[in-house]
Amino acid sequence: MELMGLTAVELGKKIQAGEVKVKEALDAAYKQIEKVEGTIHSFVTIEKEEAYQCANKVQQLIDTKKLTSILSGVPVAIKDNMCTKGLRTTCSSKILENFVPSYTAEAVKNLEKAGAIIIGKTNMDEFAMGSTTETSFYGITKNPWNTAHVPGGSSGGSCTAVAAEECSFALGSDTGGSIRQPSSFCGVTGIKPTYGTISRYGLIAYGSSLDQIGPIAKDVTDCAVILETISSYDPKDSTSIKRESYHFTSALKDSVKGMRIGIPRDYFTDGLEEEVKESILQVADILKEKGAIVEEFDLSLVEYAIPAYYIIASAEASSNLARFDGVKYGYRTKEYEGLHNMYKKTRSEGFGAEVKRRIMLGSFVLSSGYYDAYYLKALRTKALIKQAFDKAFQSFDVILAPASPTTAPLIGESLNDPIKMYLGDIYTVAVNLAGLPGITVPCGLDKKGLPIGVQFLGDCFMEEKIIRAAYTFEQTKKYIRCPICEKGGNQHE
Amino acid sequence: MAGQITDEIIEYVGILAKLELSEEEKEQAKQDMEKMLDYIGQLNTLDTEGVEPMSHVFPIQNVFREDIVTNPDGSEEILSNAPAKKDRSFMVPKTVE
Repeated sequence: MELMGLTAVELGKKIQAGEVKVKEALDAAYKQIEKVEGTIHSFVTIEKEEAYQCANKVQQLIDTKKLTSILSGVPVAIKDNMCTKGLRTTCSSKILENFVPSYTAEAVKNLEKAGAIIIGKTNMDEFAMGSTTETSFYGITKNPWNTAHVPGGSSGGSCTAVAAEECSFALGSDTGGSIRQPSSFCGVTGIKPTYGTISRYGLIAYGSSLDQIGPIAKDVTDCAVILETISSYDPKDSTSIKRESYHFTSALKDSVKGMRIGIPRDYFTDGLEEEVKESILQVADILKEKGAIVEEFDLSLVEYAIPAYYIIASAEASSNLARFDGVKYGYRTKEYEGLHNMYKKTRSEGFGAEVKRRIMLGSFVLSSGYYDAYYLKALRTKALIKQAFDKAFQSFDVILAPASPTTAPLIGESLNDPIKMYLGDIYTVAVNLAGLPGITVPCGLDKKGLPIGVQFLGDCFMEEKIIRAAYTFEQTKKYIRCPICEKGGNQHE
Repeated sequence: MAGQITDEIIEYVGILAKLELSEEEKEQAKQDMEKMLDYIGQLNTLDTEGVEPMSHVFPIQNVFREDIVTNPDGSEEILSNAPAKKDRSFMVPKTVE
């Protein structure tokens, strides 16, 4: 039996039924890692010993019916920007190369309580700043559909680990599309929930007002189950929200009858690749056939989302990353003269180019004389973008959009033109600015055989609607495994 | 808006950002920032007159609690990450002459 080809829920059910032992699930995961990791490099750190010890404990608790979660014993990979007690957490940066957290992020803790087994920490763009997983200090991650291409980012390693079946599911984080865009490039499903749904406690901050953790898995059912497990009100995160309901799985219904779905006309313009466009419009047709009311509309302000996003995210990053100074943890430069020189040299040697670029930009837009013109202007723009979505959601239950204007670019293609790379985030960043939930589901392949993803966006707290729409669409198609899994992973470059 | 970023601004931003850039990096940063500001400058074509800046989507309030210690002493573990330590403290270069 191919355990890693199963969804997390399918595997979890077999474990609960006693058909599969937790250890067997782990064996299968590590076997697959051994096969494909050399080719795609999803992980920064792989944890084996602790995982097997944990598996023993979890197995006992399952056997004595003390652990009954569907995720008990299921192997999970965690993006390397979430703190895991005793397990190195690097943010894919040199500056945290030796950082071992003394506590575990709340979302990860919720998974541990459910009995999921952490098998490793996944690669990402350094400090989640990037859209390709090429800016990691620990080397690039490759797309398992075609290793000449990037997996997207910044949660690239989490998405490749799921697509290449190295884990049953993964956690990612999404500041401007970092779950939804790589999910689309890797042919998997990912949710960014409403801001405040999942605790950010223990998530190493990039843009605090935008960051959200979310699940990445093979299908919508998995994502809903995982989301239900990791969401919680947490007083340790001052932006955590006490929601009325966390029953995301109740939305797993194959029905969109009467659902009003809006297609933003201004998303389907010149920059969008023809094949992606056709694929997304096909999804609209399918949902129409299933009884949804699909209409086009003008969202407006689309071109302002990226500039506003980069100002706000960089400003928050420049403040958040001030803590990395070589005093309390992480890298410290070898030779220095006095405290300030130590700070400066540590940070200059410890951060990569993209991180420095954003810290510089963030420091600039927050500096006196420029604060009003850039930072406040961006916050006013954000307010207008939020209003535009509010207006749209008066007429629609769900907005249908591409996840990215293209499929995965070639490795090396994006980094020499940062602004071009930033433009690729056009369909994802506005969602973070407005705090909305969004889900990406695979909807087809382009001529090159690379996955295309469709996004469903909902109003704040309306996860149930996007989950229902995504689930209904998903029922009309079969999950396509990436070639590396079909071939068994002995692919040579 | 070319030429907006002078050497002085790069120098000043370097101080704010606590980054020490080589001459080459400074030149690159200048170019990068010029390009980026040209790009984000398009926000100026949007009329935001009378719009309140929105820092958080939901009303966020400070979360208060009684000042009671709820977590155990983790100082050993925390210090174990320090690049330099002495007598249960973080060690830094001399700051006062």
